[in-house]
Amino acid sequence: MSNQKPIAENLFTWPSDQPKLLGSRDTETGRYFFPAKKSNTHEQVELSRKGKLWTWTVQRFMPKTPYIGAENPEDFKPYAVGYIELPGEIMVESRLEGVDPEDLKIGMEMELSIDPFVKNEDGEELMMFSFRPCKN
Amino acid sequence: MSDVAIIGIGIHPFGRTEGMTGLQQGVHAAREALSDAEMEWSDIQFAFGGSAAAGSADAMVNDLGLTGIPFMNVSNGCATGGSSLLSAYTTIKSGQFDIGMAVGFDKHPRGAFNADPEASGLPRWYGETGLMLTTQFFGMKIQRYMNDYGITSDSLALVAEKAFNNASLNPNAWRREPVSKDTILNSMMVSDPLTKYMFCSPAEGAVALILCKAELAHKYTSKPLFLKGAAFRSRPLGSFEVFSPSLEVERGPSPTVGASDATFEMASMTREDIDLAQLQDTESGAEIMHMSENGFCKDGEQEKLLQDGDTKLDGKFPVNTDGGCIANGEPVGASGLRQVYENCVQLRGAAGKRQVQGNPKTAYTHVYGAPGISACTIITT
Repeated sequence: MSNQKPIAENLFTWPSDQPKLLGSRDTETGRYFFPAKKSNTHEQVELSRKGKLWTWTVQRFMPKTPYIGAENPEDFKPYAVGYIELPGEIMVESRLEGVDPEDLKIGMEMELSIDPFVKNEDGEELMMFSFRPCKN
Repeated sequence: MSDVAIIGIGIHPFGRTEGMTGLQQGVHAAREALSDAEMEWSDIQFAFGGSAAAGSADAMVNDLGLTGIPFMNVSNGCATGGSSLLSAYTTIKSGQFDIGMAVGFDKHPRGAFNADPEASGLPRWYGETGLMLTTQFFGMKIQRYMNDYGITSDSLALVAEKAFNNASLNPNAWRREPVSKDTILNSMMVSDPLTKYMFCSPAEGAVALILCKAELAHKYTSKPLFLKGAAFRSRPLGSFEVFSPSLEVERGPSPTVGASDATFEMASMTREDIDLAQLQDTESGAEIMHMSENGFCKDGEQEKLLQDGDTKLDGKFPVNTDGGCIANGEPVGASGLRQVYENCVQLRGAAGKRQVQGNPKTAYTHVYGAPGISACTIITT
């Protein structure tokens, strides 16, 4: 585990058996923010691990800069992207893993997952969040 | 206060023009507009202009002439053209000047736009992990809309088919070959549910418009058109915008709704008064959603309207008569003004084979862009 680190600070709790995304809540309006906003009126909050798929698409071509994924155009595999509605909190944009695009359905239950995304120049694995269908 | 008239229009054909910079295309459009209004550059008292990726508009004075006029560069993303037009309108309306130009041009490299997270105030990881793509936003917005309102992929294809058909009748359009609905549906999927032919591409082109105080218009043209309404809005809380790492659970209206309402209010007109419209069609889904966001139908009614052909050139309410962004491409700085140019051509009755029949008297434009901005206009005879 020592050669793994989150892709950005203050993005999710990690390492953890039950990692959570870190957002913030405006104490005056009650509105949630993700990623967390630094402000006098904001308190940091751990967001729900589970939510429902609100919408989705599939990224079918390899993104240009500033994308740092390790694929080459030849071996690039399309990946799904969507918004997960965390009830009463906020909708979070995320990659959708562990599911074929043909099986994606608006409203399906999804759960947070933290996985290696790419290695940096120092050989460290950068960890990124995604959502996967809930295991029943 | 005086009304504002459009008395000269000029365009450089959209698409790809090797060996010509975006700025040179802007100069071409400006000269065409001057010639259309039968006036000289020295008659122009002020100008607003801009591009997103092809340099500063005020550099055009090197070619047009060093007359010392105030020439203001405008940079406002996809609303650059709309913002130039609105600024020119306000300048004349205020009485500061009588005659001015709004010009927009651009020249983008091929392929999807590169995104810079920092420039949009977003964290680096958002771009690094492949979430910051405009194409994803368009796919996700229409995906949800289709789910909520029963719009089919068939209708998405009809929008694109119409765009190429209209463009085939427009000598200034980029993609002038008709493309069949089946070809559109079966082309490469780019961002589900949108295929390659349903998307516009970054491109090149330029448009210039000359505006003046209405009282002066007949000095320059026998058929002046009048800019009755023009409004610009940014996103309200709860709208669904490109480049959003998160969205409010409680959904709200898009910036289009506010810009559209403000434009109609300014013109003291209703949707029923409009004969034809140019609506931002970055892709097929956008045209469909913008039909209702601009108030021309209710959510979901687009399915029947499209299947019945109501938005075709010979339909009850023609939309994107010049082929729109889908067939003209998207030179960001010029797109909004292209819509106004097309409306002027239609209202003059000069659109040739793509002329909307029935002597149209009112026309509407709508642009939408990142990071949640919209500008609309109403032009009348």
